[in-house]
Amino acid sequence: MSRRVVITGIGVVAPGSGGGTKPFWSLLTEGRTATRAISLFDASSFRSRVAAEVDFDPAASGLRPQEIRRMDRAAQFAVVAAREAVADSGLEPEALDPHRLGVTIGSAVGATMGLDTEYNVVSDGGSGWLVDHAYAVPHLFGHFVPSSFAAEVAWTVGAQGPTAVVSTGCTSGLDSVGHAVELIREGSADVMVAGATDAPISPISVACFDAIKATTPRNDDAEHASRPFDRTRNGFVLGEGSAVFVLEELAAARARGAHVYAEISGFASRSNAYHMTGLRTDGVEMAEAIRVALDEARTDATAVDYINAHGSGTKQNDRHETAAFKRSLGQHAYATPVSSIKSMIGHSLGAIGALEIAACALAVEHGVIPPTANLHEPDPECDLDYTPLTAREARVDTVLSVGSGFGGFQSAMVLARPERRAV
Amino acid sequence: MTTATREAPASAGRPATARAVFTGIGVTAPNGLGTEAWWAATLAGRPGIRPVTRFDASGYPATLAGEVPGFEPKDHIPSRLLPQTDHMTRLALTAADEALADAGVDTAALPDFAGGVVTAASAGGFEFGQRELQALWSKGGQYVSAYQSFAWFYAVNTGQISIRNGLRGPSGVLVSEQAGGLDALAQARRQLRRGSALMVTGGVDGAICPWGWTALLSGGRISTATDPARAYLPFSADARGHVPGEGGAILILEDAGSARDRDARVYGELAAYAATFDPAPGHDGEPGLGRAAELALAEAGIAPAGVDVVFADAAGVPELDRQEADALRRLFGPRGVPVTAPKTMTGRLSAGGASLDVAAALLAVRDAVIPPTVHVAEPAAEYALDLVTDARPGPVRTALVLARGQGGFNAAAVITGDARPRTHH
Amino acid sequence: MAEMTIEQLTRLLRDCAGEEEGVDLEGDVLDVPFTDLGYDSLAVLQAAGCVERDYGITLPDETVAEATTPRLLLTYVNERLSTPAAN
Repeated sequence: MSRRVVITGIGVVAPGSGGGTKPFWSLLTEGRTATRAISLFDASSFRSRVAAEVDFDPAASGLRPQEIRRMDRAAQFAVVAAREAVADSGLEPEALDPHRLGVTIGSAVGATMGLDTEYNVVSDGGSGWLVDHAYAVPHLFGHFVPSSFAAEVAWTVGAQGPTAVVSTGCTSGLDSVGHAVELIREGSADVMVAGATDAPISPISVACFDAIKATTPRNDDAEHASRPFDRTRNGFVLGEGSAVFVLEELAAARARGAHVYAEISGFASRSNAYHMTGLRTDGVEMAEAIRVALDEARTDATAVDYINAHGSGTKQNDRHETAAFKRSLGQHAYATPVSSIKSMIGHSLGAIGALEIAACALAVEHGVIPPTANLHEPDPECDLDYTPLTAREARVDTVLSVGSGFGGFQSAMVLARPERRAV
Repeated sequence: MTTATREAPASAGRPATARAVFTGIGVTAPNGLGTEAWWAATLAGRPGIRPVTRFDASGYPATLAGEVPGFEPKDHIPSRLLPQTDHMTRLALTAADEALADAGVDTAALPDFAGGVVTAASAGGFEFGQRELQALWSKGGQYVSAYQSFAWFYAVNTGQISIRNGLRGPSGVLVSEQAGGLDALAQARRQLRRGSALMVTGGVDGAICPWGWTALLSGGRISTATDPARAYLPFSADARGHVPGEGGAILILEDAGSARDRDARVYGELAAYAATFDPAPGHDGEPGLGRAAELALAEAGIAPAGVDVVFADAAGVPELDRQEADALRRLFGPRGVPVTAPKTMTGRLSAGGASLDVAAALLAVRDAVIPPTVHVAEPAAEYALDLVTDARPGPVRTALVLARGQGGFNAAAVITGDARPRTHH
Repeated sequence: MAEMTIEQLTRLLRDCAGEEEGVDLEGDVLDVPFTDLGYDSLAVLQAAGCVERDYGITLPDETVAEATTPRLLLTYVNERLSTPAAN
């Protein structure tokens, strides 16, 4: 059978702190929220002015001045998270064959923040269609093509195996890690440093979500603005951050005595072929992705102990995935705790899928299911157990994590405690 | 919209060694809109590199580009899609239409979830993004389009192709600069191995707008020559960078069994692929392009002597040309294999270039001819390359396609016309 | 400010969201649902955004969800235009 792939290192940069897996997990398990009034730029003229921001200090996070200058904030997050993940895994990068070490980084919107800023300069405030290239920063190309994110991480960890950015909108995080798992299984790499990053809290992103009223206008109550599955929710809250993992083959991890957080036992993606931003209410494609991912994991639907929902806090999403869970898990959907950590750390677009994988791995590790914050009064059409307000202790052996993104992408991943499967 | 009727999923019980064959080609290229126009121009050595027309480039250090000729969007794209698509997405949708028609596939007749889309991207719908950034910074956030949220982002071509053609299977988008045009095909092949029947794949790209131009210039590899015949001269002693272009190819990659079941015409097989990454700048070690080629040939079970042609990455930057020539010499010996770079006619198409090279490899197999490299009278002697500078007739059974993405990305694909079973390593 | 007319609205829709094949926007479309005219919610949002900017008004969030036909959208817009204080 194909090689089994496990997570042996986790690195996180998430809202609510300056970075690090520990503060991330504390925030989630304490049910605190990191949403607040946007401070990264003057958002006073925008409709939605709340976001979940990272209190990120790149120098304090170990980045050198030249790295800070040339990298977009999203790339900085990814490099910092990758370093934490490698340290956490106990791998000595120098001891690895660099040719067998690869990198995949997911990102939905690339270096939006850097591009937004640099465009303003070269165009002198958008004064004309022609822009002045003489004002371009030397590292603009790295913002232009976000494959630079994967390159930066590869340089950091010394990878010379398969390396790429995966960019499938808001499923980028799940798809990036799913892709990395596939590369190990097929034998193209032995170790993958894989995850996702996004830093979209900039005027152009806020404006484009304003234009489709996808983000919440709950500006006077920023702390409680992200309200997935709640009757009063009215849009998502933009977030930012990164999570990166060290993935390796189970047998190799055991042989070196590594700590194994969880196995990634199944993954699948499907497309709704319906609309770039819209979702049908029936959830058929997400249900199919879940079915195939469970099938690949050789896991019965009734074995799922926890569902980490996409839970963005838009009405159409909440109903869409609730339907998908029922369609794929049947009656078991009603008995399974579901939660959305976007209620606490917002929606960091392509990064969130990786942050959610981190939450799932930590749920398996610690036997704690993070809650859905701000859920006081469920939407009557969302009638599952969404783990409102407070974390729950529970044995968590099998987790399902899902994502849904612009472009019609629907992805599902199954994580499991490796002991659950016969070797 | 169709309602959801579930049929048996296509994923059941396919072998993990499924072969992936190309059954359709769609091209939008600077030297020809449509596969046959482009291929005729390519064999005739007719280039599409000209002064930029999409904006006034006279104030910029580089003034030449490969622009797709005669593309009238409303002739190809429904009115409803025009306000929400960047130029490069319109080119991609047009190429996808041609590829599906060429393959004779009725996507509506495919089983549910049996068809998916994987494309390569580099900068997304950058011209669309420039327009919205200008609106934002000059007038204010409320002037930003409702379509900005997806018209710029990197997943746009995959999403729009999936929606337009009702393809509900697995989708993907890879960004690895110019290597992406091969990486996407490999990802499509993985999806076939996981049970899909058909994948629409490849890359169509372009950012020929002032903001894109500025970003491209910052990459430091753009030729500033003004003579279209002297601007992009890979492997020449006069190499001075490349000319950027737009366009690329969308290809239909099918499970060999599915293609046989529907009596599809098969152009060739994606027999093997490998990707590597260069050592970090300032670190010792060989660049990874040669290793990617070796790995791909090993997977294909083909010795270097079995390769009939190499479609080179052809960076047009002396140091990079030398690296590629070194890799080819090590693998094939001096002048050991015909090498060509038809991209000298189109410029480098970012995520679209390598997919277009695969299209060229498939048609080279079909027509038993190697398309030429133009403008390079002869390669620098030190490279010891057999560079094909006039269309060269002769059987082509196996082609090696190489691609490098700025930043250190390398990919190699082996395309064979021979669909007989091979022994695998 | 003068009321917005159906002719102005259809022109705006055509400009900012294109035109569905087989739909005659010159015909009597006042009460034809936007979806039947080939316009999804994104198209209506885009049109509503243009109206807001061109006419200097703000439409409430519910407008697009509730204004399912050109007549309903025009009613919302013209109510807004006649009560500038509401902005």
